[in-house]
Amino acid sequence: MKRHTAKGLLILMGLVAMAMPAQAEELKSLRGSRDLAAGSEPPEINREISDDRPIPRNYVQQPPLIPHKTEGYRIDRNYNKCLSCHSWANYQQAKATKIPPTHFVGRDGKELANVSAARYFCTQCHVPQTDTRPLVENEFEPVKALK
Amino acid sequence: MLESTNKKRFKWGPYLFGGVAGMVLLAAFLGELHYSATEKFCISCHEMEANVYMEYKETAHYMNKSGVRAICTDCHLSQHLVQKVGRKVKAVNEVFQHFKGTINSREKFIEKRLHLAEKVWAEMKANDSRECRSCHSAKSMDYTKQSKRAMEQHIKGDDEKKTCIECHKGIAHKLPDMQTIDPSAVIGI
Ligand code: HEC
Ligand code: HEC
Ligand code: HEC
Ligand code: HEC
Ligand code: HEC
Repeated sequence: MKRHTAKGLLILMGLVAMAMPAQAEELKSLRGSRDLAAGSEPPEINREISDDRPIPRNYVQQPPLIPHKTEGYRIDRNYNKCLSCHSWANYQQAKATKIPPTHFVGRDGKELANVSAARYFCTQCHVPQTDTRPLVENEFEPVKALK
Repeated sequence: MLESTNKKRFKWGPYLFGGVAGMVLLAAFLGELHYSATEKFCISCHEMEANVYMEYKETAHYMNKSGVRAICTDCHLSQHLVQKVGRKVKAVNEVFQHFKGTINSREKFIEKRLHLAEKVWAEMKANDSRECRSCHSAKSMDYTKQSKRAMEQHIKGDDEKKTCIECHKGIAHKLPDMQTIDPSAVIGI
């Protein structure tokens, strides 16, 4: 019994000694050596650009970017705020671009009388812009036909 | 002789009582006018608190960069005494409908919503959006400081004698099913 305890103690001391140098080194997470307790700097607040001219497209099939603010514009089954300006009935009054005929084609390729449900939630494809710098450099060039 | 027996002592009692009672009533009336024009009163009904109030809290009239808030009565109650009292008389029906339970669930409220909204739109159109204008005066609006879309539409709206509510529906609450108002802006099939 006594011999066992002494042996155990010895092994334990050996293990502790082995772990010592590792513990002295600073803890490192995958994000590098960062003081996790210090908290991070809050990101810059992004503000939507308020009206601008239509933004040039980079390729033909691109959903055009939204050149105006969309804050508070609600899209639900009762009403679509975007269509209050972009529908065929309203675009002239609102001086907006009318939605193209592609938006009246259903999932199965059938032409519909009103906006297809697949296109109803505009912001799935069309996004507003903010005034921030891009996070990574981008060297994308539009096709020659659009330049 | 006759004269002196007829000459009864002038009785102050009833007049004094009437005067005091009148003052109390007037104070109560003004107090009521005042209390019932607070946000607390408007949302003391569950119908208002659970529906329109919750939605309004997400809009610019509840919180914005300038910190100026428009409360229920700013948009729904005239500042002029006569119209104010007129609206209160109509509100008696609303209290009655509350106890009848006309819109005591979300479902019932949504069913009645178009009807309720149409009443508000009609009223605002008829009075040239008077309550909006008590804060937003077209005369003191600098269109050139507004966004391009706002500026163009406001100039056009002035020319066509349009009123605020014709273009600004749903600014403080969610809208009802708009199928009958603008079929081009609701979900098709
Ligand atoms: C008050 C009217 C109004 C509303 C509401 C509105 N738009 Fe617009 N939109 C315009 C106008 C006007 C333009 C034209 C650009 C300009 O001159 O500012 C435009 C431009 C656009 C364009 C660019 C078209 C192009 O050819 O480049 C897109 C995309 C767009 N809007 C999408 C949307 C979406 C999505 C919504 C809803 C979230 C929306 N809009 C809500 C008025 C409106
Ligand atoms: C599934 C993606 C998708 C959805 C959802 C969608 N769009 Fe588009 N939209 C596009 C693409 C892609 C284009 C460009 C090609 C084209 O014309 O079809 C486009 C083009 C447009 C244009 C420019 C038309 C022109 O003549 O230049 C407008 C305006 C527009 N969409 C508005 C809307 C509105 C409003 C909605 C919501 C009711 C909507 N879109 C929903 C993908 C989408
Ligand atoms: C108590 C004063 C007050 C009343 C009454 C009022 N507003 Fe406002 N309104 C404001 C303030 C304050 C803002 C926010 C300004 C800012 O963004 O700093 C605002 C913002 C707006 C905006 C821009 C933001 C948005 O929601 O799109 C519109 C549009 C608007 N009001 C329309 C109306 C209409 C229509 C009415 C009448 C039904 C009305 N207002 C009644 C004070 C008022
Ligand atoms: C002909 C339609 C029309 C009429 C009438 C109209 N507006 Fe507007 N208003 C617009 C449009 C379009 C915008 C810009 C789109 C948006 O902000 O959603 C706008 C934007 C605004 C804004 C925000 C301005 C900004 O630069 O962000 C306010 C505040 C406002 N309107 C108040 C009013 C008031 C108050 C009245 C009545 C005196 C009124 N509007 C009448 C169409 C109209
Ligand atoms: C900025 C102005 C404004 C404010 C503030 C406002 N409302 Fe409204 N309210 C409206 C307008 C405009 C309508 C007409 C429907 C619409 O366009 O959304 C309306 C409609 C309603 C309706 C009818 C049902 C409906 O949703 O259409 C009720 C009930 C109502 N408001 C109650 C309230 C209460 C309670 C408050 C305070 C918590 C409040 N409102 C604050 C402008 C306002």
